[in-house]
Amino acid sequence: MKLDKPNKLKIGLIVAVAILLARLFVIQIVDEKYKIDASNNSMVYSMIYPPRGIIHDRNGKILVGNKMAYDLLVTPKEVEEFDTLALGEALDVPVDFIREKMQEYYRDRRKIGYQSVVMIKQMTPERYMKFAEIAYKFPGFRGQARSIREYPYNAGGNLLGYVSEVDAAFLKSHEGYSAGDYAGKTGIEATCEKYLKGEKGYNIYLRNSHNKIEGRYRDGEMDKASVPGKDINTTIDAELQHYGQMLMQNKVGSLVAIEPSTGEILTLVSSPGIDVDMLADIGSHYNEILANPYKPMFNRAVQSAYPPGSVFKLVNGLIGLQEGVFTPDTEYPCHMGYQFGRNRLGCHEHRSPLDFEESIMMSCNAYYCYVLRGILENGKYGSVAEALDSWKRYVGSFGFGRKLGSDFPSELGGFIPDSKYYDKVYGEGRWKATNVISLSIGQGEIGCTPLHLANLCATIANRGYYYIPHLIKDSKEVSIDAKYKKPQYTLVDTSYFPEVIEGMFRAVNSGYGSGGTATIAAVKGLDICGKTGTAQNPRGDDNSVFICFAPKDNPKIAVAAYVENGSFGARWAAPLASLLVEKYLNGEIGGNRKYLEQMMLEGDLMDKVKTD
Amino acid sequence: MEKFRGRGLRETLDWPLIISYLLLVLIGWINIYASVQSAEPASIFDFSARSGKQFIWMITAFALGAIVLFVISPRFYESFSLPIYLATIALLAAVIFLGVEVKGSRSWFEFGPVRFQPAEISKIATSLMLATVMSQYGYKLSNIKDFILTAAIILVPMAIIVAQSETGSALVYVGFIFVLYREGLSGWLIFMIGVAILLFILTLTVSPYFSILALMVIVTLCNSLFPGKMKKWLLVMLPVFAVLGLLPWGLERIAAITHAGEESFLRTFRPEFFLAGLGVLALPYYAIKAFRERNTFKWLSIAAFIAGLLLVFSVDFIFHDVLQDHQRKRIEVLLGLKDDPTGVGYNVNQSMIAIGSGGLVGKGFLKGTQTTYGFVPEQSTDFIFCTIGEEWGFIGSALTILLYAFLIWRVMHDAERSRENFTRIYGYCVASCIFMHLFINIGMTIGIMPVIGIPLPLVSYGGSSLWAFTVMLFIFIALIRHERRYFG
Repeated sequence: MKLDKPNKLKIGLIVAVAILLARLFVIQIVDEKYKIDASNNSMVYSMIYPPRGIIHDRNGKILVGNKMAYDLLVTPKEVEEFDTLALGEALDVPVDFIREKMQEYYRDRRKIGYQSVVMIKQMTPERYMKFAEIAYKFPGFRGQARSIREYPYNAGGNLLGYVSEVDAAFLKSHEGYSAGDYAGKTGIEATCEKYLKGEKGYNIYLRNSHNKIEGRYRDGEMDKASVPGKDINTTIDAELQHYGQMLMQNKVGSLVAIEPSTGEILTLVSSPGIDVDMLADIGSHYNEILANPYKPMFNRAVQSAYPPGSVFKLVNGLIGLQEGVFTPDTEYPCHMGYQFGRNRLGCHEHRSPLDFEESIMMSCNAYYCYVLRGILENGKYGSVAEALDSWKRYVGSFGFGRKLGSDFPSELGGFIPDSKYYDKVYGEGRWKATNVISLSIGQGEIGCTPLHLANLCATIANRGYYYIPHLIKDSKEVSIDAKYKKPQYTLVDTSYFPEVIEGMFRAVNSGYGSGGTATIAAVKGLDICGKTGTAQNPRGDDNSVFICFAPKDNPKIAVAAYVENGSFGARWAAPLASLLVEKYLNGEIGGNRKYLEQMMLEGDLMDKVKTD
Repeated sequence: MEKFRGRGLRETLDWPLIISYLLLVLIGWINIYASVQSAEPASIFDFSARSGKQFIWMITAFALGAIVLFVISPRFYESFSLPIYLATIALLAAVIFLGVEVKGSRSWFEFGPVRFQPAEISKIATSLMLATVMSQYGYKLSNIKDFILTAAIILVPMAIIVAQSETGSALVYVGFIFVLYREGLSGWLIFMIGVAILLFILTLTVSPYFSILALMVIVTLCNSLFPGKMKKWLLVMLPVFAVLGLLPWGLERIAAITHAGEESFLRTFRPEFFLAGLGVLALPYYAIKAFRERNTFKWLSIAAFIAGLLLVFSVDFIFHDVLQDHQRKRIEVLLGLKDDPTGVGYNVNQSMIAIGSGGLVGKGFLKGTQTTYGFVPEQSTDFIFCTIGEEWGFIGSALTILLYAFLIWRVMHDAERSRENFTRIYGYCVASCIFMHLFINIGMTIGIMPVIGIPLPLVSYGGSSLWAFTVMLFIFIALIRHERRYFG
């Protein structure tokens, strides 16, 4: 073929066509950019938010449900002239509010375009219906139904946690959420988020270039239905939780009840707590909550590390028995305390000497100084330090000094010291058993949460083992971790527990004047076994502590009560815990204890608590 | 006595041409239907919709084609090309005063429901006129009188169309340069036009400095295309140009290192003037050389270089003062000087999204979302190719382009084989017009040409365009048939 002009022109044609084809190849096949743009361009995904799962209590009562609320949406482009007065009346808002809003939309008209904006959030159905009846008079205004949280019981505000719109930080660390979604932020709402949230669905609409919806994309063929969230059954007893909150009102502290045979948490009160009414609309109460000096968001039951006080004697006693440093029959003297060197750890007035059971019943401090000294100066360990670490292992087997592993998200582990800790404080090898003697009575460098104490109580009630406390029950839809079904044995032989229980029984049921520290907690026929504690509080009056379980045989409930600045254990904690037990086992408070209930409900310790 | 009727239709009609014509019209009709699809699908024959109207245009266009083929004698065109041409010029001028204004340009006549654009006919009239003049005995393009006459035939309607603010349609007339090239115009002219466009773009997108440098490279390279000179160019000129290419960058580095102030020589130095000066200083040397060697090409090169320099320095003026506002914006967007996805760039952006989203095989007939829902403007007329790209994918759009290429190729092929100069020249005019429309229109939808509103021949919605291209093509088919009938 010769390269004459006609052929050159033909070559030119081929080149031009090749340019077009190459460019087409690039934008249609090579470059992904145009495909991504296209689906956003014309398809509008209208999200369908699934109703969140319902949270039930252990008896099937609804703790957290859903209710309808309506957002009032305005599409400014569609609004025609209307009677502001009538609209204000229908919506129950001042006329000026509507005028201001409309002016605002007018200012932002370019930004808003054909879109709708929310004018009023979360109207009750009653309020919305009043508007809906005459909505035809107001083109451009419409209601959008939304499901929001509802709380039939005022029970477990802190426990349940709240749900709020996700923020940027949350979006960064969680997959599958997008702006505008709601998620559980604290408590059960957060722990069970994956069950409760359900799956979002969407309708796909096609939109034209004026942002107006033209119709369904493929007649809804590609739409996705939403999947409602799964319901959760909790171990909480709604009535008991509510009663516990009533008892703890105007006091700072916690009340925790566990079913010993399962580890299920029946009640978990942190006082002061968050009222459920605030939970539903956390956004508008948030600042109020933060400003409260008593920190209602702070869940003391699982986050506050308190010294346990005399309650801890039970642990030391059990370790001493296991280590063989004494026997239940061993008697130790006590004359208003325990003398070591020039120091003295004081005790209250009681007869002397006492055996193990009596030491529990009367809560003798000296007895446990002997016991701890025996443990720490045990010949089988090379040094006090080694003995202390062994002691820590025992204590740890009761769950102290670490997170128990409950399904509560913000649980803290508390603190139990070891030899390294004291080496740091005193210098290596420069401390003796007497330096740490206050550990014997649960004072000093010990920190444990009320949940730890309730768990201790459950362990004793079970005669030597516990189930990890938890809030979520197994159900068809939600299965809980196998660890919650496995008994956790302590390092102390189960044969030593009956002596302790006997002591606790006598502490409560020996009658007034016997020297038993918790006779106020006695309820006829319930066989409550308990142990008081009075923990020093550097910021005012002692903390009042009490743990108890009942009945003595085949226990149904184990309770820990911790009241800040409540002085003696018997003063506030013991009555509170025993009332909770009575309520749970009998369903009501006996006539002879009505006065006690009255006193507890009315008691106000808030003034004694120092806030920052 | 039986009259000699020549050979039958089967042999004389150019069937491949007619079949590709019919296929393109069909593609157009289907995609017009798809492009105005709304939520409720109507029949393709719904006469209130565009597809139904296009059906009427198609039927009438076929009738027109038949009339051209069987009723009018092919001799008619050659004899009447002058009256046709003059009448068209008159119409073109009249429409400026009598026409209705559509989108800022006065180029349409309106008779009740029917609108038609004289610019469409003028392409046919100009082609016929060109073919008539250029096929005359003794015509020579190198003859200055003939050249001026030829240029006038093309430029007069072009100028009137520009006056109608239909710059896009006028651009099609540039395509006639291919015809002139075929008929003897030097290839250097096309080459120089290409270089001028390149310089214009380089000046706007890169810098006047590099534009001048490119001009120097091109001019010297063209002078070195003779045997033996290439080596010298590679050894001497290329390194010089490479060093010059690094000059602005080097200056900037030095200015940065020495922290030269705004007033400093390094900052105020304009390298393009330096380079232009360098070139002008070298000119006498080349002029003496050209004079000694009596080398016309060298003289022309010198003239071209000076013209190029003038162009580079007047780009700013042309761009800001000669071009209209919307034209400047379109060029800016095309060259990527301004990013404007909502304004002028919106159309192109949306059109490329539509085509790109088609992928390899497309979304399927009526499944397109971009074009159907009005993201693409003019989706059944100028941007009809978006619907093809979106719904039929790369395969569909490539086949459509190849069909056009075949059609153009076939016209060129037939034209070349014709023994009549008139037929050949007219054929090249047809091929050029269709090619210009094709390249500008599709180039615009895929972002390699500025947005110039001209239809895709035979495919875009619209009666006057379809009629005009049908008549234009069928005149050529009739000419070929006539020839085959009696000489084949």
